[in-house]
Amino acid sequence: MPADASPWPDLPAVAEFLYEEAALLDDWKLPEWHALFAPDGWYLVPNTFGDPYAPVEQSLYIIADDPHHVSERVKRLMKRSAHAEQPRSVTHRLIGNVRILGRDSAEMRVQSSFITHRTSQGVTDSFFGRHEYRLVLLAGALRIREKRTLLRTGSLRPQGRLSLIV
Amino acid sequence: MKPLLDITADRFRVSRAAYTDPAIYAAEQAAIFSRCWLFVGHESELAQPDAFATRRVGGRPILFLRDSQGAFRCFLNVCPHRGAQITRERSGKSRSFTCFYHGWTFDNAGTLRGMHEPHTYPEGFCQAGLHDLVPVPRFESYRGFHFLNFDPGAMSLRDYLGGACAYIDTIVDQAEGGMRVIGEAQEYSARANWKLLAENSVDIPHVTALHPTYLQLVATNSQGRMKRGEMPGYSLDLGHGHTVVERIATYGRPIAQWIESWGEEARVEIEAIYLRLVDKYGKERADRMAHCARNLLIFPNLVINDIMSVTIRSFQPVGPDGMEISAWALAPAEELGTPALGRRLTNFLEFLGPGGFATPDDVEALESCQRAARVAREAPWNDLSKGLSPGGDDQRGDTMSELPQRAFWRGWQAWLNQPGRAGDAG
Ligand code: FES
Ligand SMILES: [Fe+2]
Repeated sequence: MPADASPWPDLPAVAEFLYEEAALLDDWKLPEWHALFAPDGWYLVPNTFGDPYAPVEQSLYIIADDPHHVSERVKRLMKRSAHAEQPRSVTHRLIGNVRILGRDSAEMRVQSSFITHRTSQGVTDSFFGRHEYRLVLLAGALRIREKRTLLRTGSLRPQGRLSLIV
Repeated sequence: MKPLLDITADRFRVSRAAYTDPAIYAAEQAAIFSRCWLFVGHESELAQPDAFATRRVGGRPILFLRDSQGAFRCFLNVCPHRGAQITRERSGKSRSFTCFYHGWTFDNAGTLRGMHEPHTYPEGFCQAGLHDLVPVPRFESYRGFHFLNFDPGAMSLRDYLGGACAYIDTIVDQAEGGMRVIGEAQEYSARANWKLLAENSVDIPHVTALHPTYLQLVATNSQGRMKRGEMPGYSLDLGHGHTVVERIATYGRPIAQWIESWGEEARVEIEAIYLRLVDKYGKERADRMAHCARNLLIFPNLVINDIMSVTIRSFQPVGPDGMEISAWALAPAEELGTPALGRRLTNFLEFLGPGGFATPDDVEALESCQRAARVAREAPWNDLSKGLSPGGDDQRGDTMSELPQRAFWRGWQAWLNQPGRAGDAG
């Protein structure tokens, strides 16, 4: 297929998609965030140690949400009984270094760098690292088939926990 | 010092100063973290000879390794020369360790093999055995769990664990080929006193209030096993501050309680596991292994929870108001490479760890208690009287009792009150 006939959006449009995703998370619009996922979309946060690409069914992750669990995580975080995020933390996400790593007819692979600051109870924690996406086109719109967040914080000390979607 | 526990026939209270006072923290470091058996690691973390791992245990930097003969050893991670760490790696494989500061070299049995310019030292200085790595005073294991003790005169690990051994057996015996740590530990933390996590790890009454979002998730896959307020089982004071709660599990268990969402193939596998357990241990013990969950607290800072998944959790205090937490997932060796391990890990992540559907809420609760504990002078007491029966010996209670927390605190007080021994560091 000649390049100008590619169905895939170009880099600025992909970056815009990622900024939009970050804005939805900043605004706690989690159902809208979830709508960016393909129905078979996974959300993964590998452990900070070991192989970040190890099969989820054979290695301990921090988060390994299949489509059902992504949906359940969003439901949980929208409830007042998600105590770790009540009162809701204030978060701010900075997205940069957006790169398109590859694409074929089915999928586009994209990565970005992130810094997420989270403030709760007067304490600010920072989370940072790399998001790796497998994106698909569904009815002409970009959708997330997999979001893999590689924390580059060494461990989850001192943040303590990962109660938000970074 | 004012009394820290307020115990009468019908009341059990703990002073909030116990969570905040630096003097109490210092006393604990001497009386508890320098005298009790402390968990170091699981044997499967060092699968081969020459494997090593470093970690902080009881505030000290520790080097946990297997030497080239395969023997497990545990050293203080400090150079006998001028005190650099022998290794700064988190883990790895090595037959020897060369200190990066001045280059002294040790084999992995701890023996000094080379030092810088030996001819410049006084005569006799370089004699063999004088400058080897320093092993921890005591190092023993039970069923694959390795512990150290900084007190050379401590009772044996076996005696220390006492009644907890039977519960470790109940967990380890579920495996045919031994238990294995899966992947790496999750390392997280809480801005809270370590005792709050000890209390929380064996606390059943909090589940309904604190974890409704977990219960709602499980309701989507456990066909109504989870019934509010019903939790047949018991809690026990195991002595020395150890305690356990065991009860009928209300969720699927990889060994061996099937739930529909796992599918037919899994049903056949899990039924076979159950029958193997019956065959090997008899129906009563097999039913306990398969259908009961247990939260086991080994004083002071080790939790082995055999619940929807098996986790080892240890926590190291870093000051009165902070702790570092490590959590490992444990699975029978025979599950490696099979779908059973996937079910076990999904169960783990649904509840446990810094990204789970429940543990982050626990961390928040502990931190909330810590923030509020500054009122210790004006509102001095936490109450732990639930399930106390006046006139009883408080050794056995139901699952909704605060007996496990009382058992922990009784042990804590006994350790703090124990008179010092000659040679104690502090
Ligand atoms: S401190 Fe290790 S060789 Fe000097
Ligand atoms: Fe909890």
